[in-house]
Amino acid sequence: MTTAVDRLKTQSEIEAQQSLHMYRRMVMIRLFEEQVNDLYTRALMPGLAHLYIGEEAVAVGVCAALEPADYITSTHRGHGHCLAKGAALDRMFAELLGKEAGYCKGKGGSMHIADPDTGNLGANAIVGGSAGIATGAALSAKRLKTGQVAVCFFGDGALGQGLLYEVMNMASLWKLPVIYVCENNLYNEYTHNSETAAGDMLTRAIAFGLPALTVDGQDVRAVYQMAKGIVDRTRSGAGPTFLLCNTYRFMGHHVGDINREYYRSKQEEQMWKTERDPIHLLTDWMISQNLADRARFDQIQSEVKSEVEKAVQFAIAAPYPDRDKADQDVYA
Amino acid sequence: MPETRELTMAEAVREAMAEEMRRDPRVFICGEDIAEAGTVFKVLTGLVEEFGTERVLDTPISEAGFTGIAVGAAMTGMRPIVDIMFGDFSTLVMDQMVNQAAKVHYMSGGKWKVPMVMRATLGATRRSAAQHSQSLHAWFCHIPGLKVALPSTPYDAKGLLKSAIRDDNPVVFFEDKMMYKLKGSVPAEDYTIPFGVADVKRAGTDITIVATSSMVQVALGAAQMLEEHDVSAEVIDPRTVWPLDEKALIASAKKTSRVIVVDEGYGRYGVTAEIASVIAEGAFFDLEAPVKRIGAMHVPIPFSPPLEDATVPNEQTVFEAAKALCGR
Repeated sequence: MTTAVDRLKTQSEIEAQQSLHMYRRMVMIRLFEEQVNDLYTRALMPGLAHLYIGEEAVAVGVCAALEPADYITSTHRGHGHCLAKGAALDRMFAELLGKEAGYCKGKGGSMHIADPDTGNLGANAIVGGSAGIATGAALSAKRLKTGQVAVCFFGDGALGQGLLYEVMNMASLWKLPVIYVCENNLYNEYTHNSETAAGDMLTRAIAFGLPALTVDGQDVRAVYQMAKGIVDRTRSGAGPTFLLCNTYRFMGHHVGDINREYYRSKQEEQMWKTERDPIHLLTDWMISQNLADRARFDQIQSEVKSEVEKAVQFAIAAPYPDRDKADQDVYA
Repeated sequence: MPETRELTMAEAVREAMAEEMRRDPRVFICGEDIAEAGTVFKVLTGLVEEFGTERVLDTPISEAGFTGIAVGAAMTGMRPIVDIMFGDFSTLVMDQMVNQAAKVHYMSGGKWKVPMVMRATLGATRRSAAQHSQSLHAWFCHIPGLKVALPSTPYDAKGLLKSAIRDDNPVVFFEDKMMYKLKGSVPAEDYTIPFGVADVKRAGTDITIVATSSMVQVALGAAQMLEEHDVSAEVIDPRTVWPLDEKALIASAKKTSRVIVVDEGYGRYGVTAEIASVIAEGAFFDLEAPVKRIGAMHVPIPFSPPLEDATVPNEQTVFEAAKALCGR
């Protein structure tokens, strides 16, 4: 006979397991991005890199609520979404370095990682540019009755793009299984969103009849619980939802954005880093609940660290595509 | 004898879509006023009755939005046909067509595909003024990843549109809005026309007139006038401007040694410029004269009928240019 105490124990074990899984994913993204920063500053990485450090809880919490077959679309700041949805570290790094072994054979790069195997319809370097694609994937899911849902990740900067409002309107009219996840990291590149977004963010979605919810984007458990509820509702046919995740970009707009004091203070950055780090918040909570001890976190950290290092070495050693591949894959 | 019927261009376009929708449940159409209204040109009349409102999907007036939705639907198992009422509204869908649809396959290293068709109209002289009369197909030809079809007869329209719908790439399909009532014979049985294959609409020996879409009828009229002046004109229609049947165009140029290219888009940096350069590069030593280009006057399309008519190539302008090129 199962006692109430046993049930509680099982529940907390599940909670611990789920939280440790999310912890591992967040650490993976953090260490991946730190490695990207390192590669870039050592001039080993061509092009641009927009780091997701500080925002890990959003991608991880949302993607933990998704099935492997569910769709996501991502942004120029997309490494976190791809990894959270299940991308492999080695092929991610290889793509960032423009290598043949990368997810897109080196043709996409940092801002265009796509992977049908994990439901990743692609990161998009046009701000808000994937809102149509995510909504279209939801239309397919509904027409083909696959039960999939689509998540459209975008930043607060995309609130300035008309496309988003056009497709939210249609998603609502046609009750499409799509979730619009707005990562509000406060800045559109180098400009605070108080200068770019008039009025209230949620009422934009409410105007189209979408349920609009807010969550603390630094609290991965809160993001997960909120996302889980939304995903279940969406899958059952309730139509689209808008989820505003309040978060913060710890680093610059891109790795070259070093001197940021003209648009935000060091104190502000310091406050978020020391008090609002999603990885620390989860660790502290789990320890306070006796769900894991410091040694467990250290162990995961070191496991992920060695995976990341191995993946970087793989990518650095991997060959570039042959020049004659440049005109392949233009047409299917 | 295979059965043929006389169909209008609009009927041929409609029949192509209906047949493909019967053949493949993944095909659907979306756009403004396409269902019960059957589009402003009544091209889709009757389709909603057969296929229902989910497959003939009326949208809000949100060209960028529903085109973007079509891109995503195409990537994930559907085969959308987007209806853009006037080609002038291409401006509104450019990010979705150029930065998304055209590049998804390449950017993903060949993993995602975008099997969609964007249908739009071109052509002036409907007295619709500057924002409902342009022929902007050249814009799409410039972008790797897109294909562009320009049918000039009901037969070509049906065969090319069926190929477009079955193609695994984004295809932009421009129909001349003034030609919807043009009649022509169309076989009753299923057929497709492959992309990248030009069609000689009239054989000739003295001069080649390369013409597209609305300008094919103009070229044929001019050829008739030329015949009365003992000039034998060949009229060749590339049918798709990308892929372009360069071989057939060059061969015709080599045969006749004189070429006029006529297209209703703007000449500058346009379709005529590209085709003229293909011919100049490929048939230079066989040419008796520089390749002559005729396109829309380089002005916004005016409203006033005499002004508008002055901006569009017609039989007389093509006839005179051809005569001059032949030294007559």
